[in-house]
Parts: sequence; C-alpha cells; structure tokens
Amino acid sequence: MNPVNYLFLAALLFTIGASGVLLRRNAIVVFMSIELMLNAANLALVTFSRMHGNLDGQIIAFFTMVVAAAEVVVGLAIIVTIFRSRHSASVDDAGLMKL
Amino acid sequence: METSIGLLVAAPLLGAAVLLCGGRRLDRVGHWVGTALAAASFVLAAVLFADMLGREADERSLHQHVFSWIPVGGFQADVAFQLDQLSMTFVLLITGVGTLIHVYSIGYMEHDERRRRFFGYLNLFLAAMLLLVLADNYLLLYAGWEGVGLASYLLIGFWQHKPSAATAAKKAFIVNRVGDIGLSIAIMIMFSTFGTFAFGPVLDSVGETGEGTATAIGLMLLLAACGKSAQVPLQSWLGDAMEGPTPVSALIHAATMVTAGVYLIVRSGAIFEAAPTAQTAVVTVGAITLLFGAIVGCAKDDIKKALAGSTMSQIGYMVLAAGLGPIGYVFAIMHLVTHGFFKAGLFLGAGSVMHGMNDEVDMRRYGGLRKYMPITFVTFGLGYLAIIGFPGLSGFFSKDKIIEAAFARGGTEGWILGGAALLGAAITAFYMTRVMLMTFFGEERWRNAPAPSPERPDVEPVAQGGGEYEVPRPHESPRSMTVPMIVLAFGSVFAGGLFSWGDAFVNWLAPVTTFEHGHPPISAATVTAATVVALLLGVGLAWLQYGRKPVPVVAPRGSLLTRAARRDLLQDDFNHVVLVKPGEYLTRGLVYLDHTVVDGVVNGTAAAVGGLSGRARRLQNGYARSYAVSMFGGAAILIAATLLMRAV
Repeated sequence: MNPVNYLFLAALLFTIGASGVLLRRNAIVVFMSIELMLNAANLALVTFSRMHGNLDGQIIAFFTMVVAAAEVVVGLAIIVTIFRSRHSASVDDAGLMKL
Repeated sequence: METSIGLLVAAPLLGAAVLLCGGRRLDRVGHWVGTALAAASFVLAAVLFADMLGREADERSLHQHVFSWIPVGGFQADVAFQLDQLSMTFVLLITGVGTLIHVYSIGYMEHDERRRRFFGYLNLFLAAMLLLVLADNYLLLYAGWEGVGLASYLLIGFWQHKPSAATAAKKAFIVNRVGDIGLSIAIMIMFSTFGTFAFGPVLDSVGETGEGTATAIGLMLLLAACGKSAQVPLQSWLGDAMEGPTPVSALIHAATMVTAGVYLIVRSGAIFEAAPTAQTAVVTVGAITLLFGAIVGCAKDDIKKALAGSTMSQIGYMVLAAGLGPIGYVFAIMHLVTHGFFKAGLFLGAGSVMHGMNDEVDMRRYGGLRKYMPITFVTFGLGYLAIIGFPGLSGFFSKDKIIEAAFARGGTEGWILGGAALLGAAITAFYMTRVMLMTFFGEERWRNAPAPSPERPDVEPVAQGGGEYEVPRPHESPRSMTVPMIVLAFGSVFAGGLFSWGDAFVNWLAPVTTFEHGHPPISAATVTAATVVALLLGVGLAWLQYGRKPVPVVAPRGSLLTRAARRDLLQDDFNHVVLVKPGEYLTRGLVYLDHTVVDGVVNGTAAAVGGLSGRARRLQNGYARSYAVSMFGGAAILIAATLLMRAV
C-alpha cells in the first residue's frame, strides 16, 4: 500500500481537528479536537519515518504522546475547575481576562 | 554725603512697602506715614542741595556705588547713583512738589476707604521717579522708567470700579510700553556699540561712533521720550489719564512721569548732538505737540482735560528746547521746573473746584466761583498768569527764553520753530483764559444747569451711584488742600524771576548740560515784545468769546476743528484705524489659522490614531476561538512563506 495515502489521512484528521477547535464551543470537544490534531501529526511523523527509513519520526511520535498525556491531565483539571465554578464548559464564557 | 543719595530713593520706597504690605491696621496712619517719608526725602534733598552749593561747580557731582546688580563677564550692571546739578534739580522738584501733593491728598482722599493704598502708590511713584533721575547708567534708569509706568498704571486706574478708569489705566500702560521698547532697543544698541551703558563712557564716546549709530540711538530715545512725555504720536494716553484722582494728575503732569522724557533727552544731549537728524526729529515732535496740545486744550469742556492738553503743549515746549542743543537744554529744564509749580498748582486748584462742586468737571456747569472759593481763585489765578507767560511771573521767563532759542536755531527752521512757539503762546493764553473765565467768572451756571444727559459719555455722572442730580453748593476746600496750593502759587510767581536773577539757573546747570548763547536773527527784546503781543491777543480773543458773551451750558456744535479737537484731534480714531483695526484683523486671521491649520493637524493626528486603535481594539474580543483563528492564520502564512522561499 502506498504510504502517501497515510499522509492524506493525516491531513484529513488534522483538518477535522482544527475545524473542531475553531468551531466548537464546548471545552471538552475542543480538547478532543486538539487530541485529534496531535494524533494526525503523529501519524504524519510515523509515515515519514517509514518512507525515509529512519526512526527519528517514530521517536518524536512517542514524545508527542507523552506530552499529550501530560497536557490532557492538566487541561482536563482546568476544565473541571472552571465547570465547577461557572457551571458551564463553554469557551466563550471564559472571557474574564478581557478588559 | 555720597552714601545718603540712596536714601533719597529708599525713603519713599520704604513707605510704599510698608503701606502696601502693612494691611488694614495701617489705615488710620497710612497717609501720615506716606507724607512723612516723602517729606523726609525732600528734607534730605534740601540738605544735599545746600551741601552741593557749598562746593565748586566742577566738584558738585556726587557718585554712590551701592552694589553690583548683574556682574556677568563683560556685562556689568551696577546699582549706582549719580547726583549732579541736573539730577538735583529734578530731585528737588519731585520731592518738593510730590510732598505738597501728598499733603493735598490727605484732604482730597479723606472719604476714600482705600486712602492708605493710594499713599502707598504715591510713594512708589516718587521712588521710581527718583530712581530714574538718580541712576548713573541707562539700565538703572530703565528700571525707574518701568517703575514709573507701573505706578502711573496703578494710580490712573485707582478708581478701578469705574470701567473708564480701568480702561484709561490700561491705555496709558500700553502706550507707554511702545515707548519703553524704544528705550530698551536704545540700551541694547548702546551695549553692543560701547560695551557699557553708564552715562559717562557712553556720552563721552558717542561722538566717535559715527552718525548712523548715534541717529539710531537718538531716534529710539526719542520714541521712549514720546511715550513717557505724551508727545505726538504717543500722546493719546494723557487725556484719558484724567480718570485718576486729581492729585495723581497733578503728580503725573508736574513732578513725575511726563518730565521723564525731557530728562532723558537732556541727559542724553551728547547723543543728539552727534546725530543732527535725530535732533531735527526732536524739535519737530516738540513743535507739533505744542500746537497739538494747545488746540486740544481750546476745545475741551472738562477742566482736567483742558489742563491735560495744556500739559502736552508745555512739554512740547520743553522737548522743542531740548532738541535745540546747548542753546536750549537749560531752558527746557527751567521751563520744566516752573511748569512743575504752576501746573501742579492749576491741577490742585481744579481738584479743589471739583471738590466743592460735587466732582463736576464740566466747565460749562461752573461760573462765578470766585466768590465761593477765594483761595482757590487766587492761587489758580496766579498759576494761570504764570502759564500764559504774564511778564514777571515764572512762565514768562522760561517760555520767552525757549521762544528766543527756537528763533536762534537759525535759517528757515528757526523761523518755523519760533513761529510755532509764538503761535503756541497765543493759543495757550486763549485756552487758559477760557478755563479761567468759564470757571471763576460769568454767571453762576451751576444754579440752573439741567441734569447731565446720559447720552454724553464725556461728562461723568455727577452723583456717584446714579442718584438724583443735586445742585452743587460750592465751598472752599479744607486747609490741607489750600496750603499746598498757596505754596505752589508762590513758586509760580517767584521761581522764574529767581532763576533768571543773574542767570542763576544757567550758571547752575551749565557745567552738566553745557550752554551756548543763541543768536536769534531778531533781537531778544523783539521776541519778548512779540510774545507779549501774542499773549494779549490770545487773552483778548478768549475774553471776546467767553467773557463778554454768556457761556451756554450745553456745548454748541462748533466748527469742524472744534469738533475734531473735542475728540483730541481724532488721535484715537487714527490709532483705531491705523493700529487697532489691522491688529484685530491680524489676530483674527491668526486665530482662524490656529483653529484650522494648527488645531487641524493636531486634532487630525489624534482622530487618526483614535480611529485606528478603535479598529485594532476589536481584535481583542475575548473569544478564545477567534484568537485561535488568528494563530491558525499566522501559522498558515508562516508555513506558506517558508515553502515559497524554499521554492524560490
């Protein structure tokens, strides 16, 4: 199977994720979309690694997963705290920092 | 003796400081303090005078260096006094007549609740004038010059609740400023040419600098003198200055202020001698002013304004004499001193008349007052005889000498100047006789005079506070007012004769001002005869018009010249059209430019920045998603740019 197809899939996933970040209001969904973008990037890295025959891309993919896991932990904690205090998980409502 | 010169200035200055800073607790003694300090200055001047007489003529000049005012490198401004015969003459006149006016003011200002302040200003006036005549350099003279301007402003506008007085004070100040610019420019030229402004070095070396510089300095000094001495073209403030209390008018016209210009010209004689053009300008100004003032004096119905016209005219005589050079300096000063006596006497007399007539100033509402105010009548009458130059009285000696000196200038110029001076003498006799007849003789017009109509702004409302018009009850003034008038009357009668006795005054001043005998083309006796004829002619004409015929209470329309002279020969209209209107247009144009161009640029910049920031502010909307879009767009652009660069 041609590895370029994986790249198309990665681009598709990234686009879906980006649109989700930009268009959805629910913080959880935005979060999930970010995960989608990260994984699309991972897929692209792994594909390139395979195409070029070296392992660098796969190693970076592992790093990304670790960082993403850490990010999820922190991010979800923030979202839960905001939800507790404001009874809403909408990103549009969190505008307190704006003058 | 040298060390006491400064005290002459210090005494009245101390009085001014105490009275103006002392506050209300001095209200009861303020006038005594002011008068005492003026008198102290006079006594000291008399002592110095006696001392000066005891020395030889060339050792009479005293010098006192008080302190270095502004010592900066080559620029040495000293506070130093010089007391020579010329300064001494002025000091005696200023302190003597000034003290008499102080005494008079005690009575005249009795009912004014701001009397203390008035005396403070009077003292300030004396101090400034003394500083002016005692300074030994032009810069210190300038300080006194400005002090005189300030004091005159404060005193002319003393009754500041009257808008007319406030305006008159401003007018005097502004017109004087024009002259002051002349003096300051003259001092600057002096400093850049000679590197100093002390009288000695400047006057000694002015002959070597070339005529151009001397002419420039001379003309600028003349401008300064015109402002202070109310000479054409800066004469317009003098008439309005009558808004001040009458003692102020007497002080301004007799002892201080207007004499400053004559002093300046005589003191700077060497400069004018080095610049014949400037000298011609001085005599021209003098001749024009002496006729101008005399004509204005003929038409005024306000007794003080008639006297103001007369002052202008008499100062014109002095300036004319001062412009004649060494043949005239002494007589300019002599006329100044005799004029100081009789003009102060006349003004104090006018004040006394007003005092007894409910502050009425319109002579058409006087008449027959000699029975009610005998002392005022006699003293005013003696002043009158002195000013018209009645043979044997003060004015005769000094004025006759000036006319003689004018003829002695020689050539056509001499005839023109002499003729103008003679004509002026005739007109002087006419208007002063008119004042005399309208005030003290004729029927008692005030008995049946109608209440003044409000349409005539030149006539002050009689009862202040807008009350009913009441018929005045003329009465003689209190002792404090009549005594100074009597003293001044003595001066008016005897001063001239005393000065001419064995040429005493000429010998006294000649070491300072230099003196030459003039040689008129006609004999001195002829000039004297012509003066007397001119005088009789003027008196006769005035008697025909105002003595034989009754004087109407309401002024007749009069000829074109009369109407012009009533408006001060259109001086204000002239100034209005030539100076005020263009000035107004200029300022309006500048305001328009300021509003459109300057404000336009400033406001435009502000609006542009404001508008841009308004737009930029919208980016900061608080929606995380829109920030994300910007980030996304930015990242996309960056990547596109990188790829593009790589492709190229």
